[in-house]
Amino acid sequence: MSELPNLIPALPEIFLALAGMALLMLGVFRKRDATRQVGHLALAAFAAAAVLALTFGGPRQVTFNGLFITDAFAVFAKLMVFGASAATLILALKWMEQENAARFEFPVLVVFAVLGMCAMISANDFLSLYMGLETQSLALYLIAAYQRDATRSTEAGLKYFVLGALASGLFLYGASLIYGFTGTTNFDSLAQGFEGAETVSPGVVVGLVFIICALAFKVSAVPFHMWTPDVYEGAPTPVTAFFSVAPKVAALALFLRVMSAPFGDLLAQWQQVIVAISVASMMLGGFAAIVQTNIKRLMAYSSIGHVGYALVGLAVGSAEGIGGVLVYMTIYLFMNVGTFAVILSMRANGRLVEGINDLSGLSKNRPVMAAALAVMMFSMAGIPPFAGFFGKFFIFKAAVDAGLIPLAVVGVLTSVVAAFYYLRIVKIIYFDEAGDQFEPMTAQARLVLGIASVFVAVFFLFPLPQIVLAADTAAKALFGG
Amino acid sequence: MDELLREYLPILVFIGVALGMAGVMVVASYVVARQNPDTEKVSAYECGFDPFDDARARFEVRFYLVSILFIIFDLEAAFLFPWAVVLNRIGIFGLASMLVFLGVLTVGFIYEWRKGALEWE
Amino acid sequence: MTAFVFYLFAALAIASGAMVVTARNPVHSVLFLILTFFNVAGLFILLGAEFVAMIMVIVYVGAVAVLFLFVVMMLDIHAVTLREGFTKILPVGAVVALVLFVELALVFGTWLMAPDLDAVRGAPTPAVGELSNTQAIGAVLYTDYVYLFQLAGIVLLVGMIGSIMLTLRARVGVKRQNPRTQANRPLEDCIEVKKVATGKGV
Repeated sequence: MSELPNLIPALPEIFLALAGMALLMLGVFRKRDATRQVGHLALAAFAAAAVLALTFGGPRQVTFNGLFITDAFAVFAKLMVFGASAATLILALKWMEQENAARFEFPVLVVFAVLGMCAMISANDFLSLYMGLETQSLALYLIAAYQRDATRSTEAGLKYFVLGALASGLFLYGASLIYGFTGTTNFDSLAQGFEGAETVSPGVVVGLVFIICALAFKVSAVPFHMWTPDVYEGAPTPVTAFFSVAPKVAALALFLRVMSAPFGDLLAQWQQVIVAISVASMMLGGFAAIVQTNIKRLMAYSSIGHVGYALVGLAVGSAEGIGGVLVYMTIYLFMNVGTFAVILSMRANGRLVEGINDLSGLSKNRPVMAAALAVMMFSMAGIPPFAGFFGKFFIFKAAVDAGLIPLAVVGVLTSVVAAFYYLRIVKIIYFDEAGDQFEPMTAQARLVLGIASVFVAVFFLFPLPQIVLAADTAAKALFGG
Repeated sequence: MDELLREYLPILVFIGVALGMAGVMVVASYVVARQNPDTEKVSAYECGFDPFDDARARFEVRFYLVSILFIIFDLEAAFLFPWAVVLNRIGIFGLASMLVFLGVLTVGFIYEWRKGALEWE
Repeated sequence: MTAFVFYLFAALAIASGAMVVTARNPVHSVLFLILTFFNVAGLFILLGAEFVAMIMVIVYVGAVAVLFLFVVMMLDIHAVTLREGFTKILPVGAVVALVLFVELALVFGTWLMAPDLDAVRGAPTPAVGELSNTQAIGAVLYTDYVYLFQLAGIVLLVGMIGSIMLTLRARVGVKRQNPRTQANRPLEDCIEVKKVATGKGV
């Protein structure tokens, strides 16, 4: 008989699970629609979970028989997930009220999805990784198909589900190969076993490649990106906003941990694969986005490109590179949430529009909204002094320091290509004929957009040193420092 | 290992007997019975339905809901078997962990009850 | 004897697996799938994995296959239209199958455990003689792996919420029986006592 494991490190997860169930009960027992109430309590739950993660997460602790880990890296990633989910949930609640699509299951499923993301971030074993991944994915498939009477939404949910199941299958196949060749699925044991290993059996390498494929699918890196544009376009817009931030951060954090913790010593084996994925993602994200006319599809290609840049940091394989990825992802969160706050407010004549040309002449009709969107676009393009520039700067610097100069050069060149379509949007907003006037933004969208654009615009002044420092500590935690 | 397999021998024999019986019945009805069919004999009698039609009528989605809820509780029951055989060894902790698991699913059950997913109308 | 039973189950599993993908009628495919499940369960027993074998029968045959059958019925797919793309996709499928086969062959061909990792192995399976399979699973699942067990509960809960959220619709115009209102209905609403004069009718 074994002892009760130490539950303290997992308090945020336990709290979220209980909160999710309590909200479900609250929603179902209220006579009238309780979406707003459940949604606000879900926001409070994210805040409380963030406090718990900050209070109890700090130093490295392993519990549940080695299945669960919390360290500075996990805390950093979880805070990003909580922040991103809360911001998109605020936008989603208001949007659904306007569209008469409010159902209390939505915030509940978001809470469970976030629980799955936390489990992914804190996984220290392939088994717990898989369970976290499935909890998250299942909830995400459901919210993609949330508008069940809209064909495109159900189609998006189905596509995401079928391809997601394929990725889970790849992952399981890879994990069982690794288990077969090493006899363990625990990250610590694997790291111990591979320490200073000269050669490694081909089975482990094959398994590792399978796992990389599955994780590349989850972060939507080329060549496993094909689901992204369709799902982003088909899913309800607030769901797209959520997809483009929280699950991406969680999957990327998972990617970083899996590559660095158990397989850190096999850098030589996986570096080329990551470099190839990264280059392909940056290229596709740059070129394919040029021809898009739907803004949600454009954001999908943009996110593929951003994942490519983040993977440059992973390819470096050092604490410096990982720290760069974390800074990059923090900035990416703010830029994306801000941009989606605008996209969700694209409502003309009582109808939602999603075409890029619908933005034409926005500066004449809604000057503040136009200015904020322009800031986001400049930042995404990586033009100083906006935040996006610093994200790219840290990543490329790490790549150059590690001698991956060709990779950094490809990154800079594709940034230039990507800058073309971001700046084209700015041109459309400021210099094209004014189109239909958008309805005024909701207070919620204004709040989110305001915070995001202030962050993006004055990033180099205030939070830069603090975030870089925190990211650095987090990255070192991954390397046992 | 062999001992374990020997325990399953009766089941193997049982499967063999079942297969044999089924085969004998099908074959015997061809061999023993007198067969002299004509159109009227094999056609459906009055308001009886055509035996060789496409058996697939479209089902309503509600059947799917019932069966997926069934699968979920079926899996829950599957988790109970290994628990039951070792309960004397895993003690209070094992009991508590199963109670928490059942509690989570009870929340789901209450949800589906309140939602009216169990009603047929 | 064991070898004979193994080849019997294995051959039947492969044959019915092939029938699943080649059968004209999707309903037949599902039935062959059930036969495959049964044979796989037999193979699991030969491996000494009794618990997995029984779960195979209870969950896969008893529930999953039934669900498949429902889905096949619900979609009302016609075998002919389904077959149209088949020859086009066949080469791709063959390549994927070949790759998987080569990989499996690779795994068995170069079977080499990392020797250093022997010391750190997770939960080794006890010999079948000492502890039955079901007990071995039970001994670790609810205590050592409690975290995974509870997450599995959450996954099931999310599945339950999702299936209800996506498919349950409140129907309008359905007359429901409510036992409580029925029983609480005051007597005066139900019966009316009338004095009927003889020969006059009501």
